Amino acid sequence: MAAVEVPSSREAHPEKQGGPFSKPDANLSLAHFIVVFVALVLGGIAGALQAEVRSGTLTLPAGIDYYALLTLHGVVMALVVTTYFIVGFLLAFSGHLLGGELKPTPRLLGWIGFIVMTLGTAMAAIEILLGNASVLYTFYAPMQASPWFYVGVTLLIVGSWISGAAIFVQYHLWRKEHPGERSPLGAFMAVCTFILWDIATLGVAIESLFQLIPWSFGLTKTINVELSRTFFWYFGHPLVYFWLLPAYIVWYTVIPKIVGGKVFSDTLARFAFLLFILFSVPVGFHHQLMDPGIQSGWKFVQVVLTMMVVIPSLMTAYALFATFIRAGRAKGQTGFTGWLKAMPWGDVRFLAPFIGMVGFIFGGAGGIINASNQMNAMVHNTLWVTGHFHETLALTVILTFFGASYWLLPALSGRKLTPQMNKLGILQTILWTVGMVIMSGAMHAVGLLGAPRRTSYTTYQNNPLAQTWVGYEQWMAIGGIILFIGLALMVYNAFRMIYGAPKGYTEVPVADIEEEAGTPPAIFEKWWLWIGITVVLVLIAYFVPVTQMIQNAGPGSPGFNTWNFGR
Amino acid sequence: MHFPRYEKIWLAIGGGALAVFLIVLGIYGFGMGFNTPHDTQTVDAQTISQNPNFQPGVKQTGPNRYEVTIVARTFSFAPAVIQVPAGAEVTFRMTSADVVHGFEIPQTNVNVMVVPGQVTTITHTFEKPGNYLILCNEYCGTGHQLMQAQLQVQ
Ligand code: HEM
Ligand SMILES: [Cu+2]
Ligand SMILES: [Cu+2]
Repeated sequence: MAAVEVPSSREAHPEKQGGPFSKPDANLSLAHFIVVFVALVLGGIAGALQAEVRSGTLTLPAGIDYYALLTLHGVVMALVVTTYFIVGFLLAFSGHLLGGELKPTPRLLGWIGFIVMTLGTAMAAIEILLGNASVLYTFYAPMQASPWFYVGVTLLIVGSWISGAAIFVQYHLWRKEHPGERSPLGAFMAVCTFILWDIATLGVAIESLFQLIPWSFGLTKTINVELSRTFFWYFGHPLVYFWLLPAYIVWYTVIPKIVGGKVFSDTLARFAFLLFILFSVPVGFHHQLMDPGIQSGWKFVQVVLTMMVVIPSLMTAYALFATFIRAGRAKGQTGFTGWLKAMPWGDVRFLAPFIGMVGFIFGGAGGIINASNQMNAMVHNTLWVTGHFHETLALTVILTFFGASYWLLPALSGRKLTPQMNKLGILQTILWTVGMVIMSGAMHAVGLLGAPRRTSYTTYQNNPLAQTWVGYEQWMAIGGIILFIGLALMVYNAFRMIYGAPKGYTEVPVADIEEEAGTPPAIFEKWWLWIGITVVLVLIAYFVPVTQMIQNAGPGSPGFNTWNFGR
Repeated sequence: MHFPRYEKIWLAIGGGALAVFLIVLGIYGFGMGFNTPHDTQTVDAQTISQNPNFQPGVKQTGPNRYEVTIVARTFSFAPAVIQVPAGAEVTFRMTSADVVHGFEIPQTNVNVMVVPGQVTTITHTFEKPGNYLILCNEYCGTGHQLMQAQLQVQ
């Protein structure tokens, strides 16, 4: 096993005091990470309580509603932790790759984005905690939350647009200063990520601004329910790719460096990212396969488009595997599995993302099941689905983000990853993995037996079938406790790396490109072309069914508060 | 753009498997009528209890064919107990009087959304006699975990 050579490059940069980031850039990103780790505590407490409650192990004191907790957990984990991490990471990363630090305009935009996002997050969180918005993170109409909840969520999204604009401006300025040069791979990928995000969030922005907000303020009396669901899922699926792409950035550009290899193919990596933009947006109907109001043909069109992401996913798997094999060969390991011996298992910066990759092989297979029209009937809205996204999001993506934190946070704070911290990181990674495998495994299993998701403890009046679910739910509760311990350790580690670790220089591990990789075609950076193709695909997939939905609209629905009848 | 040879093989295998998979899915979906809900009919959720076409109950529509009209509202289904003979083809025709609900019969393929203003239909044949649990699997409010009905197949 390779010895831990984590804090390697102090000698390499004797001239730089502190870290690789300028103080103002570091502060900007650290502000995001502080929100991430505080939010994780909140979301983690809610998650652990849910896991206990729904197995019947724990009863909440009167006044705390299971569904208020679940709303908090979903919003915090799916919308807040992820978005802040991604923005904080990609701002720092693209500044670093594009000229070494953020220029004044992008930095200012970054702060404006942060403030707007934080205002929105605070508003939404307050409404949830007051019990005015127990509508879950999908806020399906016609359940109607307080208007300030919708305003808060919208501000969170608008803020992230401003932060994305910061990255676009930084990239644009760099390109003007470097005419004819290809952009650094990681920066190209960051731009892709935010193009995807901007196209995707249009759906939820339209839903909020034209439907939910006027309706919840009482300006409009009714809402077209099926249309609002369609706008939501137009956003909801690419949302998962917004989480995934930054994890892929770590896999493609950072992991090769940590294992002592190179980026396998710069061109194919870029091409895969462009394909992800194209095929992750026009596919939201696969979340509405069981909805009325949409013709089967259109559902099938979107199922086909959904499955197209298999292609860039296979390309990614190939590139990573090739990187590992070559890195193994460079260390004298040959054969199909020899590389396994050459990997730095004792380095948390490798171990955590690697476990994420392995988890994703299973996650991807599960995803194909979910998105197939008929197989979906078995698992739709069961705990299988919850198990699926804890595996893909909370295991694959979040564990990759955790792994990246072990170099990113000390690099930002001008500190070092000590061998003890690396050990704690390994422990934390193991706890998270074990907890997630138990919890998510039990969720998958009990979901196949039919147990519904988003449901407090129940046996349906001692129904014999439902009683068989309780045993699995107890495993979920056990997994939940292990996870919570892992989460608490991560939060401790994070704050230690921000405030307590010894001062020193930590490098940003970015891999070089393999020499024979070739130059990517210039067309790759003609962004309007790719955006244009995406828009065309979106029109093909959505124009007719959405027009039908608007033309065939029934009388529309008033709002309901079904969780807090006293309001 | 240059793809290494092994990557071409890899993508060809993957892409081929995907194509076969999608074709099978398509044939199942269209050819065999084994499908997801696709009704685009709308109704007024606010006046559903006065709607003569939407009175909850079981109706025989042919030899060995039944239609069950169901109205979901927080936190119950009407009718709460449904009886059909074993082996009959049963079509559930549903809507919601208030928020979105789910209609799931665990261990069968019946698992659909019930949306106010829209009509969901789904057909299934229950070969095995027994009592089946029907539950709501879309969060609909504080009493969501209580929302259930019973299907008795005789
Ligand atoms: C301490 C760790 C965690 C525990 C114990 C936990 C537990 C749970 C449980 C039990 C549920 C399902 C409740 C239900 O459907 O009735 C749930 C839902 C969910 N969890 Fe987690 N979770 C954890 C971490 C995470 C993380 C890290 C993420 C993502 C970043 C995440 C995202 C979600 C989402 C999006 C939902 C769905 C909420 C909904 O259906 O509205 N969880 N979690
Ligand atoms: Cu999806
Ligand atoms: Cu319900």
